[in-house]
Amino acid sequence: MTVQNLQLLLQAPIFNVQLLLDGMWIGAVFALAAIGMALVWGVMNIINVSQGEFVMLGGFITVWAMEQGLHPLFGIPLAAVALFVLGWLLYRLVIWRIVEADMFTSLLATFGISIMLQQLMNTVFGADVRTAESGLGISFLFGGAITVPQIKALSFVLSFAIGLALWLFLKKARLGQAIRATAQNARAARILGIDTDRVYAATYAINAALCGAAGALVVMAWSIHPYMGLPYTLRSFMIVITAGLGNLAGVIAAGLGLGVAEQFAGFLLGAEFQLAFVFLLLVVVLVARQIALARKRQYLK
Amino acid sequence: MNRKTAHIIALLALLALGLALPWIAPAHLSQLSKLWLFLVMAFGWDLLGGQAGYNSFGNIVFFGIGMYAALALQVGLYYPVAEYTAAKGGGTEFVFTARQIYTGLALGIPFGGLVAMFSAVIFGGLLLGMRGHYFAIATLGLAVAAAELAAGWDYIGAGSGMVAPTLPDAVNGTRLFYYLSFGLAALALLFFSWLYSTRFRLAINAIRDDEDKAEAMGHYTVRHKMMAWAISALFTGLAGAIYGNLSRFIDPHDIAFNAEVGVWMILMAILGGKGTFWGPVIGAIVFFGAKELFWTWLLGWQRVALGVLIVIIVVFFPRGIVGWVRERWPRLFIEPEPDEEALDDTAPPMAGGKGEASHA
Repeated sequence: MTVQNLQLLLQAPIFNVQLLLDGMWIGAVFALAAIGMALVWGVMNIINVSQGEFVMLGGFITVWAMEQGLHPLFGIPLAAVALFVLGWLLYRLVIWRIVEADMFTSLLATFGISIMLQQLMNTVFGADVRTAESGLGISFLFGGAITVPQIKALSFVLSFAIGLALWLFLKKARLGQAIRATAQNARAARILGIDTDRVYAATYAINAALCGAAGALVVMAWSIHPYMGLPYTLRSFMIVITAGLGNLAGVIAAGLGLGVAEQFAGFLLGAEFQLAFVFLLLVVVLVARQIALARKRQYLK
Repeated sequence: MNRKTAHIIALLALLALGLALPWIAPAHLSQLSKLWLFLVMAFGWDLLGGQAGYNSFGNIVFFGIGMYAALALQVGLYYPVAEYTAAKGGGTEFVFTARQIYTGLALGIPFGGLVAMFSAVIFGGLLLGMRGHYFAIATLGLAVAAAELAAGWDYIGAGSGMVAPTLPDAVNGTRLFYYLSFGLAALALLFFSWLYSTRFRLAINAIRDDEDKAEAMGHYTVRHKMMAWAISALFTGLAGAIYGNLSRFIDPHDIAFNAEVGVWMILMAILGGKGTFWGPVIGAIVFFGAKELFWTWLLGWQRVALGVLIVIIVVFFPRGIVGWVRERWPRLFIEPEPDEEALDDTAPPMAGGKGEASHA
């Protein structure tokens, strides 16, 4: 099957364009969640394992908004605000206790939050795969050889717009500057009168809001499920370690690259191996980086 | 009563209790079998995570590998595995005699453990150069990748899993698997009790405390890490092999490669107190009890309760029960003098000692 599909790609190059576009649409959303992870990682030294659950929750809030009669596009701000509040609450309840702890503690604690959210979503919203129909049409390029669902293209554009807004916020806004200062040196920031505790709370909440918005895009253009959060967490992690912390352009490039790679792998290996490919790619990326570092007598840490 | 005597008495009491349990609580044997296997998994995790400081989120891989390898061999000795899984196993088509069952178990369980150990050596070569959370996430990636790969592999039943060979009426499964589980746990208790009295423990503790210094002092850190992970995988794989038979049915996502169970192993060790001998034992018993209560009384909310428990454990009790006792009554943990000397006796002779010997 793999060989046949490969031949298909070679004989009809237009399929490559289709896969490339499909990959880019979803890759932008991966990048959005990854930016949030990089922010929390860089500022608070926490790897947030519940990242994917935040994305799913954003999607479910959009579904809920749609059931109340709103257009799903309104789900984006709604999910962002709701997740912002949730992120702030989680920070005040749990996360502030582990900011100073080692990273292993934060991995486990956020894992606990993630399984909690999984079952809560499962109980509240049901265990079905959900989508939110946006009512947008499908465009055809190259005389119908390429299909572009408009909602996917729109979610691509919106991901970039949200990313740009975040970048402006970090550069220009007072709080954004405080976040960057805390990331550079938390102690110095405290001495200069920055309330780092508030900065951490805001950072964690902003990350949750980004995930919520990403989730709203996912549910409109693709689908969500209470237990499908972990792949998003691992994708975010993979994107961040490939691009490095504090490298916005790199995160976008890695996100798009991952999206495209996934589409090709899913097409060539079969859809049932698409996730296996993602997870193995994570291991391969880590091993490759480690081998590269080992040559210099360094190691990944 | 010194510490060593107390340790031995507690160990013997636990083993005696394990032997007596089929008469004390015959109705809960399958639950208790799982408890023994969880104990073994907690030991396995703690060897690398608690003693050597490498926090693996993916020990569940060895559990699943051991499980699938054992079942595949148990079936494969008598029937073609692919046909067996295609027919969803069991039924009237694939009949196993008591003798075939016993032979299958006797060969399959060790085979599962060995395959898991072998895979740990391969993964270790790739991953053990990473440190801290990179190792943790890489192993988590391995665990979820294994689940996806198993779910796509038709030979072992793909997503619909595999059924353990149907037991003939002559075999009392509950009791047989209880004794197998207990036997493995007893082996683990005795083995780790011995292992932690050797210099191997000191070597891996040195890796945990400061790997660079340990390497500079001349420890073969890579070899020790690999050995620790291989032993850990051997026991986890054996536990998986027995678990597969115990639960009669295995599937990739919920039983064999369930990443959540991989985290349970960590929690048991942390709850009891990681890096100690009795930590995994106490942690496994307390955690398993709590889990059973949640799954019985809070069905539908059990993972919410478990998530809260996880957060409470790691945020408020990162040192675990044994660690808490150690802080409260530090006197209990002071090594008596004779023990130190006994430890030195087992050590290879020092350079000076060698010189004297050559004079004599």
